[in-house]
Amino acid sequence: MNEKVDVLIIGSGASGAAVAWSLADTRMRILCLEQGDWVKSTDYPSHGRDWEARSFSDFATSPNRRRRPTDYPINDDASPIKVVNFNGVGGSTIMYTAHFPRLKPSDFKVRTLDGVADDWPIDYETLEPFFAENDRMMGVSGLAGDPAYPWHEPPMPPLPLGKSGQVFGKAMNKLGWHWWPSDSTIATVEYEGRGRCLNLGHCTPGCAQGAKASTDITYWPIALRKGVELRTHARVREITMGADGMATGVIYYDRDGREQVQEAELVVIACNGVGTPRLMLNSQSGKFPNGIANSTGLVGRNLMFHPYAQTYGYADRPLDGNHGPPLCLWSQEFYETDKARGFVRGYTYQFGRGIQSIAEAIQSTEVGRMPWGPDHHRVYRELLNRRIYLSAICEDLPEEHNRVTLDPVLKDGNGIPAPKVEYRIGENTQKMIQHALKNARTILETAGATNIGTQVPILNGGWHLLGTARMGSDPERSVVNGWGRCHDVKNLFIVDGSIWTTSGGVNPTSTIQALALYIADQIKTRVSDGTVFE
Amino acid sequence: MSDAAILTDAEIRDLRTLAGVMIPASDAHKVPGADDELIFADILRSLERDFGDCRRALAHLAQLSGGSFSALAPERRAGIAAAFKKEGGAALALLNRVVLLCYYRDDRVMRSLGQEPRPPFPKGHVVEQGDWSLLDPVKQRSAIYRRTP
Repeated sequence: MNEKVDVLIIGSGASGAAVAWSLADTRMRILCLEQGDWVKSTDYPSHGRDWEARSFSDFATSPNRRRRPTDYPINDDASPIKVVNFNGVGGSTIMYTAHFPRLKPSDFKVRTLDGVADDWPIDYETLEPFFAENDRMMGVSGLAGDPAYPWHEPPMPPLPLGKSGQVFGKAMNKLGWHWWPSDSTIATVEYEGRGRCLNLGHCTPGCAQGAKASTDITYWPIALRKGVELRTHARVREITMGADGMATGVIYYDRDGREQVQEAELVVIACNGVGTPRLMLNSQSGKFPNGIANSTGLVGRNLMFHPYAQTYGYADRPLDGNHGPPLCLWSQEFYETDKARGFVRGYTYQFGRGIQSIAEAIQSTEVGRMPWGPDHHRVYRELLNRRIYLSAICEDLPEEHNRVTLDPVLKDGNGIPAPKVEYRIGENTQKMIQHALKNARTILETAGATNIGTQVPILNGGWHLLGTARMGSDPERSVVNGWGRCHDVKNLFIVDGSIWTTSGGVNPTSTIQALALYIADQIKTRVSDGTVFE
Repeated sequence: MSDAAILTDAEIRDLRTLAGVMIPASDAHKVPGADDELIFADILRSLERDFGDCRRALAHLAQLSGGSFSALAPERRAGIAAAFKKEGGAALALLNRVVLLCYYRDDRVMRSLGQEPRPPFPKGHVVEQGDWSLLDPVKQRSAIYRRTP
């Protein structure tokens, strides 16, 4: 029997790490259970000659392809967008692009401003100090003064424009459209013990230099020094309930597959927008036969992905290729609602400076651009390092039919039912995608690019897992309240992307972490004044 | 046991012949083909989790060839390969990917492309800062985000 803890956090990724670090101030006994393991920087693919190949094997973004023992399978056959994630200390921050925009003030007022979906029960101003704190902890590079955002000052200078960035900048200036250097969690100077970016050019599957922030090298070292315990290879099967209607803890499997019971006063779920509803739906009891804190039936519903609409073309000369972090600029010209476009809400363009050499060969062969036979060599040399691209991150609106359920057959290595994803792109988003494709073509043509192609949606583009345990003031229409506590269970909190009321149109990690820090702050305040369970 | 040991001799012959059709050697570019001994050995070692799909693709190729792709006269291979490329589907895509991943990490091929045959870490690359004055027109814009009530 494990000793009871004050706070049990499930998941050590973007949000779980931030909460652990913040709550460590309280000197409560805090334990985090993580189903994966630590990843050593020497394990990252950039150390070897097979670095591109490993993106298709043990560092594939899809858990169904990666198939590490620490992964769980996901049935996403009924979705045009496949789920990507990583399971280990740091979670999916190990395997993300480090693009770090925030949600905007208007994202929290969608119903008020645009008459769709729901307003969030909190706002940008409330989160602003937590955005700043998180920028400091993760180490953000960028440039102050972006007219698309309220003023904020990233602690490090921006990533270089490079050849590709200048091509895009000139094109955007010709069109009179907004562009700006991206906020990124890639260190451009030495920062808090992290080395500066060396332009390895292979950021997504882990940074061998440690320049990219992942929570295993940002929040966790400090949280551990403060006394938080992190137990790896601990896969939680279910959250348990007491007769008093409170969560009592969890049952999990340790690295040897043995069942363990862990009791806690307060339970925090931080397993992402697919892992969290999966765990909740697997946590069935007499009080909650359809899953813990699921009296509304909303757990797992309203899944939002951000369909990615990518447009690419080829410059007339070699540009940056994969040298340097791939994402260096964004545009939010089309972010805010303009009803004349025929849809509400909007999207961010993230500009890509190029792709890896072999990825170019693979992708161009798959679409028939590159032939087999003697002409293969000539065509490849005309394509290599010339590709530039824009990806539109399109806002998804919450729709209840987009959901995560439990697969009746598929199970993980411990026999726990796996998640099943059913998703289709909504009508408003479809119109948005067409708008984004048209304008992306205009940008590329203005930049002088030719041979333009598209990928819509990006198949393995389910990076952003949002909305499946939504936040709201109305207990009939939401799972958690405005500070992350489940309406149904007063000592159960959710802190990951599941609680997003709407999705906005940006990469979510910055806002997920700011929100987690805010919830942790609320817990601390309410533990202190005795109102946390009221 | 390695994946290479699992493919039959006939499958290996067909795969090697196909690799040479996909990416033949080129005197003009001074590069070997994908059927080069070293590169092909790398391909065989690298089938790994794609082994099953690659084997299915090779079975399809053998069927199209009436038994053996490698036994066909060279002038017939191009036609069969074209049909295979059209019909091969996901299994062929995975096989093609393995061939490309191994071919384009060969030292000789990388040097012919002006690339250094090394892993990205620790040397990395140089990316120029660029002309930051390009941002001046954007800096002149007033706020474009919506104020909220």
